[in-house]
Amino acid sequence: MAKFKHIPSPPLERGTIPWLLACAIATAAPHVGHLPLWTSLLAGLVLFWRTWLWRNNERLPARWLLGLLVFGGATGIALEFHTLFGRDTGVALLVLFMALKPMEMRTRRDAIVLVMLGFFLLLTHYFYSQSIPTGLWLLACTALLTATLIRIHGGAQPPIAVLRYAGLLLAQAMPVMLAAFLLFPRISGPLWGLPQDAYSGLTGLSNEMTPGSLNNLIQSGAIAFRARFAGETPARSRLYWRGPVFDDYDGHTWKPHQPFTRRPESPPEIDAGEKRFDYVITLEPHNMRWLLALDLPVALPPDSALTGTLVATAREPVRQRTRLAFTSAVDYHVNPQESTALLAQSLRLPPAINPRARTLADQWRREFITPERIANAVLSYFRSENFFYTLRPPLLEGDAVDDFLFNTRRGFCEHYASAFVFLMRAGGVPARVVTGYQGGELNPVDGYLVVRQSDAHAWAEIWVTGKGWLRVDPTAAVAPSRIERGIEAALPTADPLPALVRIDSDWLRSLRNRWEAVNNTWNQWVLGYNPQRQREVLSRLGLGEPDWRGMTAALAALCGLLLLAVTLWTLRQQCALSPEQKSWLRFCRRLARLGVVRANWEGPLDFATRVARERPELGKLVKQAAGHYADLRYGEGHPEDLRKLNNCLHHLAHLQAQHWRKPF
Amino acid sequence: MAILTGILAPFRQWLFRLGRDERLPVVLTQRRIFIIPTRIGVLFSIVLMVMLIGAINYNLSLGHALVFLLAGHGLVAMVHTFRNLIDLRLAPGRADPVFAGETAQFTVSLDNPRRHDRFALELAFGNHDGVSIDLPAGERVTADIPCPAPKRGRLNPGRITLSTRFPLGLFYAWSYPHPPLSCLVYPKPLETPLPQASAIASGEQQHSEPGHEDFSGLRLRQPNDSPRHIAWKAVARDFAHRPLLVKQFSGGTSEELWLDWTLTPDGKNTEMKLSLLAGWVLAAERQHLRYGLRLPDRELPPDQGPAHRDRCLEILALHGQI
Repeated sequence: MAKFKHIPSPPLERGTIPWLLACAIATAAPHVGHLPLWTSLLAGLVLFWRTWLWRNNERLPARWLLGLLVFGGATGIALEFHTLFGRDTGVALLVLFMALKPMEMRTRRDAIVLVMLGFFLLLTHYFYSQSIPTGLWLLACTALLTATLIRIHGGAQPPIAVLRYAGLLLAQAMPVMLAAFLLFPRISGPLWGLPQDAYSGLTGLSNEMTPGSLNNLIQSGAIAFRARFAGETPARSRLYWRGPVFDDYDGHTWKPHQPFTRRPESPPEIDAGEKRFDYVITLEPHNMRWLLALDLPVALPPDSALTGTLVATAREPVRQRTRLAFTSAVDYHVNPQESTALLAQSLRLPPAINPRARTLADQWRREFITPERIANAVLSYFRSENFFYTLRPPLLEGDAVDDFLFNTRRGFCEHYASAFVFLMRAGGVPARVVTGYQGGELNPVDGYLVVRQSDAHAWAEIWVTGKGWLRVDPTAAVAPSRIERGIEAALPTADPLPALVRIDSDWLRSLRNRWEAVNNTWNQWVLGYNPQRQREVLSRLGLGEPDWRGMTAALAALCGLLLLAVTLWTLRQQCALSPEQKSWLRFCRRLARLGVVRANWEGPLDFATRVARERPELGKLVKQAAGHYADLRYGEGHPEDLRKLNNCLHHLAHLQAQHWRKPF
Repeated sequence: MAILTGILAPFRQWLFRLGRDERLPVVLTQRRIFIIPTRIGVLFSIVLMVMLIGAINYNLSLGHALVFLLAGHGLVAMVHTFRNLIDLRLAPGRADPVFAGETAQFTVSLDNPRRHDRFALELAFGNHDGVSIDLPAGERVTADIPCPAPKRGRLNPGRITLSTRFPLGLFYAWSYPHPPLSCLVYPKPLETPLPQASAIASGEQQHSEPGHEDFSGLRLRQPNDSPRHIAWKAVARDFAHRPLLVKQFSGGTSEELWLDWTLTPDGKNTEMKLSLLAGWVLAAERQHLRYGLRLPDRELPPDQGPAHRDRCLEILALHGQI
């Protein structure tokens, strides 16, 4: 067997240092955005220092100094994050090590450790972004890291040659990657509990509502989810995406009375009507358990259910982009028989607040009697009085609903929904607040309906005996265009909105649509390639529904085939023949047809002498050709010689033609 | 253990085809190239495993892609490491004699008939240090492989280990070409004073042996001829085409030095005696003496010049060996 030489790792060449520094910078740099500033500065400073040492051929600092730096950096990180375990802490430590490792590079082994660290660091970028630019950047980094390995093991070569070789390896590794990506049996994680900070920074609807809480969300042009309808898309005014429902009011904040984890005692009673819509939602992660579905979902994806307040919830918080298939009805009647506890909850109000609103509601109750007519009275009140729809409402003081109804009269959907539900409850009608999204924009490029955080909305539901829950949108009474055309149409132009939401230029809009369509394809097929998607794809490829054994076997077979292809490409006999050799061999083949065969061992000049002796008529030509060839191959050949050699070849062809034409 | 060796030995014999290559040049075919992952390769696969677990745990789809891409690099690198050796042609060259204790340099020529460059080919004997060479496409390169020569005699360095870790260092591919190689190792010379020379005045011998007094002709210059004896006039006449000639003289007192086995101190072992004789040969040659060598079984008549010196040293090197 091969005996490994147990010799110390060879010392590092000076020429490899810039490669290694480039690796450290390229793999660590994108982390600057989410590291504490001092860590980035420290890492940058150390790398700069190392570059300076390299430029001036200085000695590396002593080990104790490095040890001190590592210890100090790690302590700083521990103090900054209050822990040494966790995702962000780990990333910060890795970046620190990556910056300090070049300081103790003496042998080849050190360099290889740095490259391996680089591979690992590449992975951590995906914690923060898996976008197309990140993917491309990391592809380039992979090429740089492999180029560094080639430089370490292959000795000094021009950088461009090293990079080209790395590119070749990358190109050949790509098919293997695709095969494994497609066929490697996917497991949905996590395998174990993730650190606390794993899902920080996810945005979405909140699990309570206070007037003003949606405002921040509305400012975001981020995509909340995408929907793709199997058939026609409902009219915009019917696109109410139902999210969390709140039925508990403390005078300031709306909350769910029962947590969304609770299953109802009896399933809801839904009369779905004729019209149904099938669609698939690609939900962006929001770290909550509720799902967003068109009001009202009648068929839910597996592992999800409706709560007592008709909120579709999943078994686990949504922590990754998830595809969910729903069927919804828009003309529905739900729960004409409702549990008394829930109805009682839907009437409950904190005592002795908002006296003026209560008085008003009492007056309407006596006047209009039925729930629908009371609701209409409230809506026409909103319409006829001087109410405004704005994203910048004044702060409400004291009794919030009274202040809003009789004083400020400026508000946003939550203000209207909140006031409406208060009035209805005070008027004896069971009512609750529903939050979610309203509307969405169809991307003509890929046909997906895009719903953004800026489409967040709040509306109300009232319960009418015999008819069940009915949706009432008080905002529509104040600003009908919000429902018809979206938020940018409903708001006064002075109100701040993210630039992405308010795009007037057509080409900018179409550019955004294209970019988002590309991103969506990326999300659907690359990032969203989960076990379920894998089954879909494989069965579409005609592989049936293979289990992990089948997939592993297919993967192994495919990888074997790919490897075989690369090997064959590699082993293809590639004898490098120079142009003069080619010409000379062709010349000899021609001669052989004329009956003069050159032996393998015969040199060109000897051969020419023999030909001159045996076939004097060919002697001169062969002598010329052999002379040029010998000059090219063994002497000081000149490009002119090659031309002359080829002339001899043509001349011979000419002779040959004459030879066959000659009558015998 | 003995049983295991008994089973393994024929297996190794079959696998590595231990034995000398008769056909030259030695062509490295698939059958002759072996490949295993290096420690770095093992480390790389462990890193990939950890990364894969991380990617699964955090549901990073691109993380999967990265791991698979790197795994693909590993597979492809295996082929490339193999490609770095395949179809190489190795032919043995000369090896200049050395003294025992020095390092012999075995020259081999490597031919790359293919259209791709080869890098970082390591050539070594056994566990000794080797050399590393690059071999561009379609070219021939010679390499001097060092091999320590501890003992006098014929040094047979055994098979060459031709290995490479290029491009990524994840795999180690090697082959054992075993062309006929040997190098003459002279005994390690021991510097001691020369024995007494004996003046010989036999007329017959005087006639033919060169001296310093009467000019007797010209001959081709040899490297350690004194510059004073060069026939400068003859050279100047036809400088372009004539090699350097030296004047030969005859007559004069000619001392003959017999470096005799029996002159070496008693009580020394054979190797020591041979070392002493080798030291004398070198010293005599340095002093431009005419010297002969007399061993119990061989005798070399007195002469001088590098060729004679080398003959003497060769006889000493091969003394007692076939």
